[in-house]
Amino acid sequence: MHIPDGLLSPGIWVGTWAASAAAVGLAARRAQRELDESRVPLLGVMGAFVFAAQMVNFPLGFGSSGHLVGSVLLAVTLGPAPAIVVMTAILLVQALVFQDGGVLALGANVFNMAVAGLLAGYLPWALAGGARLRSIALVVGGFVSVMVSGGLAVAELALSGVAIPPLLAWSAAGLFALNGLLEGLLTLAVVRALAVVQPGAVRTAATAGRTMVALGGAALVLATGLVAIASEAPDVFDSLAERTGIADRARALILTPLAEYRLAWAPDSWWGQAAAGLSGLIVMYAVGVALARIFAKRRSA
Amino acid sequence: MHHLVVDEWSRRPGWLQQRDPRAKLVVLLTYLVCVSTMRELTPPALVALTVPLAAGLVLGKLPVSGVAARAMLVLPFAGPVALAAWLGGRPAQGLSLLVRAFLSAAAVLVVAGATPMPLLLRGLEGLGAPSFLVLVVQFLHRYLFVLSEQAQHMRLAALSRGAGHGRARRRRALWRAAGGALAVLFARSHARAAAIHRAMLARGYRSAIPSLAHMKMGVPDWWLAAAGVILIAGLRTVLALGS
Amino acid sequence: MESLIRVRNLRFRYEDGTSALDGVNFDLYPGETVALLGPNGSGKTTFMLHLNGLLRGEGEVMVCGLPVDKANLEEIRRRVGLLFQDPDEQLFMPTVLEDVAFGPLCQGWNPADAQARALRALSQVGMEGAAGKAPYHLSAGEKRRVALAAVLATEPEVLLLDEPTTYLDPPGQSELLRLLEGLPQAKILVTHDTWFAEAIATRAAFFQRGRIVAEGSVAELRHRFGWAARLLPRACGRD
Repeated sequence: MHIPDGLLSPGIWVGTWAASAAAVGLAARRAQRELDESRVPLLGVMGAFVFAAQMVNFPLGFGSSGHLVGSVLLAVTLGPAPAIVVMTAILLVQALVFQDGGVLALGANVFNMAVAGLLAGYLPWALAGGARLRSIALVVGGFVSVMVSGGLAVAELALSGVAIPPLLAWSAAGLFALNGLLEGLLTLAVVRALAVVQPGAVRTAATAGRTMVALGGAALVLATGLVAIASEAPDVFDSLAERTGIADRARALILTPLAEYRLAWAPDSWWGQAAAGLSGLIVMYAVGVALARIFAKRRSA
Repeated sequence: MHHLVVDEWSRRPGWLQQRDPRAKLVVLLTYLVCVSTMRELTPPALVALTVPLAAGLVLGKLPVSGVAARAMLVLPFAGPVALAAWLGGRPAQGLSLLVRAFLSAAAVLVVAGATPMPLLLRGLEGLGAPSFLVLVVQFLHRYLFVLSEQAQHMRLAALSRGAGHGRARRRRALWRAAGGALAVLFARSHARAAAIHRAMLARGYRSAIPSLAHMKMGVPDWWLAAAGVILIAGLRTVLALGS
Repeated sequence: MESLIRVRNLRFRYEDGTSALDGVNFDLYPGETVALLGPNGSGKTTFMLHLNGLLRGEGEVMVCGLPVDKANLEEIRRRVGLLFQDPDEQLFMPTVLEDVAFGPLCQGWNPADAQARALRALSQVGMEGAAGKAPYHLSAGEKRRVALAAVLATEPEVLLLDEPTTYLDPPGQSELLRLLEGLPQAKILVTHDTWFAEAIATRAAFFQRGRIVAEGSVAELRHRFGWAARLLPRACGRD
């Protein structure tokens, strides 16, 4: 999910850099206000923890294994603003030290994973009330964070002009769903274990503000919208250009020629397509919740 | 190990290692922008683009094969994307994507291989990164290997207790064990952070983490920045005009 | 003689209410090296953390004539240097030089002076060549020496040492002993290593359940509480 350099078009990496710089700058300022520099060691060490945690492999069956991404875990233990800073720090180290993800692409990677994915994954927790709902919120949150990050990454690549055949796009979606489920269950497993090892590590959902809810919701909508746009891009931008008269040069900057493909089942109008994208995400959401319920039942059995 | 190798390169006595990190970062960004904006990569363009890389390798006394091998780390991600382009009927695009990813990764390696991490971070801060973020990265990097070793020990301990040889029933136990291991690592990390804070207090820390660094751009640094930017931008313009 | 550290009736409870220190009286005089002995959990380290204000309990704690309270913390922490058990927790900056200069910088020295003091402290422990290195490149013994330099950089009058021989092999321990013997500061040493304590301490205090139950030389206390150099203490379980 870490996009390397050389794949994204200038419009995309400039745009995502601008969005990320603004978001991370705000988060850093907010985190500093909440914590001052005294907690810098804590944030740094927590970042190192996530790195180390990614070395612990969880068996998925069929001989494969996955690992924790950690954005939701960080968000529920540190708070969303500090968590954004920590995830950004992790991505920086991954890009500079391990060549995992590009430097120009950092704007996109940070936006996808540290900002949008994190906030969208935090949203269920921010909304959750009672204790039973909290477990589900963690699983769904983990799932959503991976889906949003992955969806945005694929959308950015498509909008950059990389031709992605529908079959590959849907397989990617399936892979994201699997990893998303892993993330959700892992986050839940760790938080549950933390209740024993370090009670009080997890902040109560009640302290989440309306801003966070709004931002999380925005991240979800954005991801859905971008995926929908990317999958139907030539038509969407054509009709947009007709309606609003965007100059040809602006179009060329944002959109390089794309392969003409359509998702056969999606309806024709722009609103219909966006709705299709959103309903797809909702379906996956529901599947995630259902699976979480099933696993929760098995656990108590 | 990868990061240790790159770290060793950054302590070699090359000309590039002595330069101000801000100059190196500016040249790197110019090169990355240049590569990213190339639509098509003809063989002459490709050769032209490797010249700045070669210069970096020489000036930093960096091993060609080492850098090339490590730049290949992009392939696991860029590969499928190139494959996607090929399956979508645009093989030329796929190949050019791969090459651009490789060149970009090599460029980052040249700079990372010529600049120890603490200096690189100072450079980022000098170019405008929020200092709170840079401080967090600094501490992250400092404790990265300490905690990774801890995680390794826990893995070994778990393995020697029979983990990894599971069937379906054991898998849930493995999950619970791994979740527990992560929680323990989390708690230990927290304890460590608290101890670090105490150590800082004991040495007089109040609210700001002080820094020794005061970087100044010397004449060779300005030369590097100017020459790098002008030559690379010039190269890009020539290539654009030629196509 | 005026005591450098004077503790009267110090009491401290943990957050969950259990008593950690139950009325400790203690004096430290210039030039002394006092070893604090006792079983795990008897309060030795907790006591030491009160001496530079990291923990605050009830009772009287005077350091270099100053009471330990918020107003005096800065000065007290300059005069009292604490060497932690785990050097990785103490060396938290990216390079050795930055770490050793941290104390002087926090005190208010400008970067040039702080750097000079740091280099001086490093040469005191024989590690001036490591100034540009990152801590994870150092061996356990080297880390221990750099940590000591970091503490010495603020020119303290008292040194508090928490299990300083941890992670050190015998040559490392001898090296540390030699270094410490050459330092003029008064020292308080928490240790399980009775060989080390006997080699360096002028006297010792034995902690048990949050109180000092006996004082004397290390050899006397060892004999009295049955602490042979390499066996587990038989004081556990006795009341």
